[in-house]
Amino acid sequence: MMRKPFAITLDPGSSLANHTGNWRTERPVYLDRLPPCNHACPAGENIQAWLFHAESGNYEAAWRQLVEDNPLPAVMGRVCYHPCETACNRGQLDSAVGINSVERFLGDQAIRNGWKLAPSAPATGKHVLVVGAGPSGLSAAYHLVRLGHRVTIHEAGPYAGGMMRFGIPKYRLPREVLDAEVQRILDLGVELKLNTRVDKILDSMHAGNFDATFLAVGAHIAKRAFIPAGASAKILDAVQVLRSMEGEGKPMLGRRVVVYGGGNTAIDVARTAKRLGASEAIIVYRRTREKMPAHDFEVEEALQEGVMIKWLSTIKQAGESTLTVEKMRLDESGFPQPTGEFETLEADSLVLALGQDVDLSLLEGVAGLAVADGVVQVGANMMTGYAGIFAGGDMVPAERTVTVAVGHGKKAARYIDAWLRGTDYAPLPKHELAGFDKLNPWYYADAPHTVQPVLDMVRRQSTFDEVQGGLDETNALFEARRCLSCGNCFECDNCYGVCPDNAVIKHGPGNRFSINYDYCKGCGLCAAECPCGAIRMDAEEN
Amino acid sequence: MSYQPIKFYQTGTFTVGNRLLEPEDRSVQANMRRTNSLNSGHRACQGCGEALGARYAIDAAMSATDNQLIAVNATGCLEVFSTPYPETSWQIPWIHSLFGNTAAVATGIAAALKIKAIKGGNDRVRVIAQGGDGGTTDIGFGCLSGMFERNDDVLYICYDNEGYMNTGVQRSSATPPAARTATTMAVGEQPGNVFGQGKNLPLIAMAHGIPYVATATVADLHDLEAKVTRAMQIHGARYIHIFVPCPLGWGSASNDTIRLARLAKETGLFPVFEAEHGEVTAVSKIRRPLPVDDYLKLQRRFAHLFGARPRTDVIARIQAQADRNIRKYQLLQEAPQ
Amino acid sequence: MLKQTEGSRAVAEAVALCRPEVICAYPISPQTHIVEALGEQVKSGALVNCEFINVESEFAAMSVAIGASAAGARAYTATASQGLLFMAEAVFNAAGLGLPIVMTVANRAIGAPINIWNDHTDAMSQRDCGWIQLFAENNQEALDLHIQAFRLAEELSVPVMVCMDGFILTHAYERVDMPTQEQVDTYLPPYAPRQILDPAEPVSIGAMVGPEAFMEVRYLAHAKQMQAIELIPGYAEEFRGVFGRDSGGLIHTYRADDAETIVVALGSVLGTVKDTVDEMRERGISIGVLGIACFRPWPLLAVRAVLAGAKRVVVLEKSLAVGLGGIVSANVETSLAANTCELYAVIAGLGGRPITRASLHRVFGEAIAGKLAHLSFLDLDHTIVDRVLAREQQTRRSGPIAEAVLRDIAAVSGLRAKDQT
Repeated sequence: MMRKPFAITLDPGSSLANHTGNWRTERPVYLDRLPPCNHACPAGENIQAWLFHAESGNYEAAWRQLVEDNPLPAVMGRVCYHPCETACNRGQLDSAVGINSVERFLGDQAIRNGWKLAPSAPATGKHVLVVGAGPSGLSAAYHLVRLGHRVTIHEAGPYAGGMMRFGIPKYRLPREVLDAEVQRILDLGVELKLNTRVDKILDSMHAGNFDATFLAVGAHIAKRAFIPAGASAKILDAVQVLRSMEGEGKPMLGRRVVVYGGGNTAIDVARTAKRLGASEAIIVYRRTREKMPAHDFEVEEALQEGVMIKWLSTIKQAGESTLTVEKMRLDESGFPQPTGEFETLEADSLVLALGQDVDLSLLEGVAGLAVADGVVQVGANMMTGYAGIFAGGDMVPAERTVTVAVGHGKKAARYIDAWLRGTDYAPLPKHELAGFDKLNPWYYADAPHTVQPVLDMVRRQSTFDEVQGGLDETNALFEARRCLSCGNCFECDNCYGVCPDNAVIKHGPGNRFSINYDYCKGCGLCAAECPCGAIRMDAEEN
Repeated sequence: MSYQPIKFYQTGTFTVGNRLLEPEDRSVQANMRRTNSLNSGHRACQGCGEALGARYAIDAAMSATDNQLIAVNATGCLEVFSTPYPETSWQIPWIHSLFGNTAAVATGIAAALKIKAIKGGNDRVRVIAQGGDGGTTDIGFGCLSGMFERNDDVLYICYDNEGYMNTGVQRSSATPPAARTATTMAVGEQPGNVFGQGKNLPLIAMAHGIPYVATATVADLHDLEAKVTRAMQIHGARYIHIFVPCPLGWGSASNDTIRLARLAKETGLFPVFEAEHGEVTAVSKIRRPLPVDDYLKLQRRFAHLFGARPRTDVIARIQAQADRNIRKYQLLQEAPQ
Repeated sequence: MLKQTEGSRAVAEAVALCRPEVICAYPISPQTHIVEALGEQVKSGALVNCEFINVESEFAAMSVAIGASAAGARAYTATASQGLLFMAEAVFNAAGLGLPIVMTVANRAIGAPINIWNDHTDAMSQRDCGWIQLFAENNQEALDLHIQAFRLAEELSVPVMVCMDGFILTHAYERVDMPTQEQVDTYLPPYAPRQILDPAEPVSIGAMVGPEAFMEVRYLAHAKQMQAIELIPGYAEEFRGVFGRDSGGLIHTYRADDAETIVVALGSVLGTVKDTVDEMRERGISIGVLGIACFRPWPLLAVRAVLAGAKRVVVLEKSLAVGLGGIVSANVETSLAANTCELYAVIAGLGGRPITRASLHRVFGEAIAGKLAHLSFLDLDHTIVDRVLAREQQTRRSGPIAEAVLRDIAAVSGLRAKDQT
């Protein structure tokens, strides 16, 4: 030991005796904020969490996290209109993370590798009837069976999938993908009875001695519009056309096909018609492109494939090979008004794509049930007015998408589970939203959105091959790593590094950090330099 | 740029760490076992850029030398806040002698180590001298220049906070034009510091032809660490000039320290580069070009330039300095091909 | 080994025998020959395991020595006059940090007006800096004191300044007995630092010490010098054992035992004083000499003991505390205690003014006769100073006279001085 001169020479690191934490007027606090993607996901996916695993290349972990909420990632990765990407904060930097394409990649990986789902709760002895094997019914069945309940699905049609099969064309959703994901759910022990139409729900419940029911029959009845037509005019509806694509006899639409409507279904029909050999596929829509309910990327793809669209037009009359169309104009409030100007369109067939209604006949005689605007009313717990009967998907008031339907299934399953157990299901309170203003975007490396490979244009105009290609592993990883991890620590070590007082304790991989309040002076650098907004400065008491 | 940036791993090499990077590509500061050469309990102000810069630099040097390091410290904030009797924050062998002799003390240590090595002692110990801008560009300049000229085996690190902060924010030869200090008050026709000729220590260091000169900021840790590491791989006189914002002296928010360092670089006011034997070998390009206003407005020392009657003429002169730096050091990225 | 050599070279050789590890130098007359000789030894390989560093200033020289010493090296430098002042801050610092640096001061006057010749103003200006100050009487003692200085410095962890009169000693060729390496090695063990900068055992040296402990730190510095008073005679004794001659110690006395008049002095002037005293003794005058070999710490009791029987004390000193008088004499006064003898301060030899035996005879005689002022200036040309003083009595304005006159005119005419330019 040195004989250290008094006071002049000091022992190393001895300043630990000086607790500078009492300088603080504000204290940093770690928190988790709600990422906008999660917030926007109708299926209630924890997108950021599964992207986190995907970022490190652990796709199975990512997929397992994903299917905690959604049993159909390969389907969803193709057909979801991804409101998550619309909400994604990265959109304000360069372009949104391609969440949907990563989801599809994970779903495809699972199918390719044969990853299996596993039930997670002990059997309860309860038996639930699910009516309809569409996205909502399948989702509910999946969650219920994982919660330990026995589930039987009654499906009126010959195949499972509902609108995923009969409403979405193959070029958007290859059937082998759908079949694989449905089978995986059935492998959990869900009983599927096809061609089993439920005429009276209460009868079916009693007959099967079911403890609860989830109704998810969808909306399959095409809406009609009155169009004066000659006897020889060929008028079909979109549901009919798309459904017949799944059967033996393909619809005979002719060379010139006109589709009437402005939703995604209208686009699907027009693109299907093109693939069936129509030389002209024309969509007639009474308003403008901006007002069109169909998603813009679908419109764009359709236009690229040669589909034509007549904006601001209504069909006044249908003849054998001609249609009379009236031009419209938008008034101040954006509604189309007739102009009195007419023109004639050549058409071998007219397909009406004006929306669908729900067949509610199975509910006749069920007491306490409320129906409004043609759909069944449900409470926040997805239960109808009749105790034990829950409903979701297209037959309840909501946006009619696969994603919403899957979300309904999950939500309903949780409430059904609670109802069966005689408990209350209380969702966890949501964290505050991690808006863009909470981020320090400087830290994110510049990286453009990965452009999904798009099938050769010629090829997709004549076949039903899938239009959107998938990501390969390299670009899926790249895309996943574009995630900003808004609102949730991703262990970038910034707080640990930027603290001038070494007052951040690093706990090692997966264990995040904590603040050493003995030394933290409350400068706020950790919070300011946290890329993802996972630290908040709170005022100190007194 | 002094290191190979990772193009895209979520945050690439911008953040301190990155769980997706290989461990060898992560910073010293990300390491759970970093030395914390400057320990907790020091008395630096909240958000002190110098405390941060010193730990960044010395930890990196410790890592580069396998902890075989001795540091000499000039009088100033860093010395005062780190070693008030009876406690020191330093975990390394450290000496403070005077304000103006730091480089010379380091020369003496290096000489002693050389002889000890010849006599069979530890031949791996290296020396760092460190001080603020006052101790470097003003009072310590003579000793520093002597050390450079003799090419003594010392890395000198200047933590530049652009003034005498320890004594109460007076002007140094590193104080920028128009900045208010206690000796260049924001009064009169030309408020704040004069537009002098400047005293660019990195360029002066380069004029000595020494093996290595670099500038860095506390906003780019990977760059800073790479430069310290590079410097420790070289023998002879080396100089690193680190830009360290001072919340107290600049009148900035304590949580803006790193942001200000980033803005100083992004506006072009503080060029970040490295040079060997008197020639610039690399510059850190500006990533998001910004006007100097963005930097100046965050600091009360420049508040007199804005306010009710903004001094656009003065701001324009400062912008011209930034533009000159951008031209001189070619700080802008080439347009993508 | 006896040899005829220049004082500077003798000192350089002695320093080299002490196996210094770091030598730093900045040239200033009359120190130059010392460091030149050392530089040559290092360059030629005669002195091995030593770094010789040409620094850019005395401030750097002392600072390099501080660094070297703190890192555990035996460090040496030399300076003089302005150089000592230029390094003053570091001189205090080396003492405060307790670093056992040895430095030769080739004593020289301080300007302005610039003057390169010998007096003690430089060393005296640093008398309270915390260094031990030893004064050599001749070249033999100069070289011997360096060997003792390293021993003392390293034992106490305190820096030591060896003062030798510029030119008078540094540039004088005298016969000296140069010790062998074996002798020096026997006397001077390798440097074992009390504190060291070492990665194996980190410490922080040079903390900031506030009011709560600063008094204690200063007291301990004082106590350390008090210890030196105890140790120095022993080291001189030990030195005699190894080298076979008397050198160093706190004081030297010459014919002082029974002297009524004792002349106190330090440095090379002691030779002249002794010659003068011999001549006066021959004339039956009771006069002796007290040489101060160690000025700091002040050997209070040793001096008191020597002066106890004296009726009068004449302090002959080569420095002036302007506005007070003698510096050494003020120190001597502290040793007199109850002794009520007359104390005469004689300022002599400033800026290299020769101190002749004739003048010493005269001034000692005046002292014995009770005709000497308590403060006097040896061989001062009163004609010149009286004339200058008389002229300045009449014109007290500062600054060049012409400009002052113009300023007066402007004030009278109501114009501001600024408008004149």
